[in-house]
Amino acid sequence: MIWERLRAGNPEARLLPAEKLHGPTTAVTAIMTFAMVVVAAAGLALANAASAVSAGAENSYIIQIPAAAASDLPKAVAAARSLPQVRSITPVPQSEMRDALKRWLGEAAESADLPVPAMATVELAPGSDPAPVEAAVRKRVAEASFATQSSELKPVLGSLRALQWLALSLVLLMASATAAAIVLAARGALNTHRSTVEIMHGIGATDAQVTRLFERKIAGDSIAGALLGTAGGAIVLLLLGSSLAAAAGGLESAPLGFADAGILALVPLGAVVIAVAVARSTLLRALRANL
Amino acid sequence: MRKDAAVGRHALAGVVQFESVGLRYGTGAEVLRDLDFTLSKGSFYFLTGASGAGKTSLLKLLYLAQRPTRGRIRLFGEDLSDLPRDALPDFRRRIGVVFQDFRLIRHLSAYDNVALPLRIAGRSEEEIGSAVREMLDWVGLGDRAGARPATLSGGEQQRVAIARAVISQPELLVADEPTGNVDFEMAKRLLHLFNAMNGFGTTVVVATHDLGLIAAHPGAEIMRLDSGALVDPTGSLRNPPRLDRIEVRP
Repeated sequence: MIWERLRAGNPEARLLPAEKLHGPTTAVTAIMTFAMVVVAAAGLALANAASAVSAGAENSYIIQIPAAAASDLPKAVAAARSLPQVRSITPVPQSEMRDALKRWLGEAAESADLPVPAMATVELAPGSDPAPVEAAVRKRVAEASFATQSSELKPVLGSLRALQWLALSLVLLMASATAAAIVLAARGALNTHRSTVEIMHGIGATDAQVTRLFERKIAGDSIAGALLGTAGGAIVLLLLGSSLAAAAGGLESAPLGFADAGILALVPLGAVVIAVAVARSTLLRALRANL
Repeated sequence: MRKDAAVGRHALAGVVQFESVGLRYGTGAEVLRDLDFTLSKGSFYFLTGASGAGKTSLLKLLYLAQRPTRGRIRLFGEDLSDLPRDALPDFRRRIGVVFQDFRLIRHLSAYDNVALPLRIAGRSEEEIGSAVREMLDWVGLGDRAGARPATLSGGEQQRVAIARAVISQPELLVADEPTGNVDFEMAKRLLHLFNAMNGFGTTVVVATHDLGLIAAHPGAEIMRLDSGALVDPTGSLRNPPRLDRIEVRP
C-alpha cells in the first residue's frame, strides 16, 4: 500500500499507530461532503434555472387586449412592428390560449361565450426603451396593455432565489456540523493518544510538533472521506440528472455546466481545509491547557 | 543537602536552584514545602524518602512537568517563574528523564523510542541512525532494535528508557526509581550507565529506595525528603556521612 510505504518512510507519521479508515473523521467527512455536494448542485441548478428564466424574460414584453377589443390585435401588432427597436412580434393564436385555459377550465375553455383576451409577445432590441413601443401600441388600441414578462415572472424568480439561499445556508450549516464533528474527533484522538502526547511533551516536543502528528492523520482521514463523499454525490447527481433538468424549468441547456462542476469540486477541498484548520486550532487549544 | 553548603560550593555552577519552593495540587495541602537547594553541574544525587514523601513531585518540578505553586526555580541559569509555556520545550530537551513506569511508546520499536528525542530536536535520519545504534549497543540491546516494548522484558524496557533519556546527552538526568523493576545485577549495570553519563558532565538525580544502590555509589550526595521537606540538618546523610557534623555522644 502506498499509504503504508509513506508511513514507513516518514518516522514522524509512525508516532501515531496506523488505523484503517474507520474513524469518525472519515465517516463524518464522507457523509457531510456527500450532502454538501448534492445540496450545492441543487443550488447551482436553481441558480442556472433562474438565470435562464430571467434571461429569457429580459427584453420580452406582452401586448394584451381584452376580449371585447380582441379583433384590434392586428392593429396593435402593425403599430409595434413599424418601430425599429422591435426585433420580433408574435401574436399568440387563440387556439393556444384556449389550450392553456383548458388546464384549469376543462372543456368550458372551448366555449365561444368564454371571453379570451388577445395577446402578442414582443421582443425588443437589447437595451432599447419600451416606452415608445407602448405609446405606439396604445395610440392605435387604447385598451391594450403593454407589460414586461419579467414582472410576470417576478414571483417565480423570487422563489428560485429563495431556494438558492436555502441551499447555500444548508451547505454552510453542514460545513459547521462537519467542523463540530472534527472538534470532537480531534479531542477524542488526543485523549486516545494522551500517553504519547505526554511522552513527547516530556522530552521537549513543541505543541506544533504534537499537533502536526494529528493534523496529518486527520488530513488523511478527511481526504479519504471527502473523496468518498464526492464520489457518492457524483453518482447521485448523474442518476438525478434528468430530474435536475426538469427543475431547471425544462430549458434545453444542461442544469449544471463546467463552471458548476468546478464549484462543486471546491466542496470536498473546502471540507478538507475546514477539517484540518478546525483540528489544528482544537488541538492547539487543548494542548495549551497542559503545562 | 544543606542549603548553605550547597550554595557556597556550587552557586556559580548550579544547574538547578530552588528558592523557597512549594507545591500543592489543586486546593490540597502542600506536598512539597520550603525547598531550598542547588544542584551543581556534574554532580550525582540520590533522592530518598519514604513513599509519599514527595520524591516524584520533586522530580516533576525538575523535569518541568509541574510548576511550583510558590518560590522560584532556576534551571540552567534561567528563572523559570515567568517563562512562557512556549519556552519550556527548549529546556526539556536539555533534560533526560527515566520514568518509573518507563513510558515507552508501545507501538514504536526500541529503535524508534530511543530516536524520539533526536527526531524532536530535528536531527537528520543519518545522524539519528548512528547515534541510536551506538546507544542501543551501549545498553546491550543492539540486537533488539526492532522489538516493540511489549516483547521486551522489564529490564530491557528499562534500558530502552534509559537510552532514550541519555541519547541527546542531557545536562540533567532525572530517574525515578530506575531499579524498581530489575534485579540487583541489572541495577548495578544501570548505575554504571548513570555513572558513565555523570562522567561526561551530566548532573544526575536518582530517586530511589534502594539502599544497596546508594551504597554502591559512595561519591554521591543524598537528598532526603520527609513529608514534603528536605531534611538533613547535620549533613550526616552525605554519602559517605560527614562525621565531623555528627555529634558523637559518649
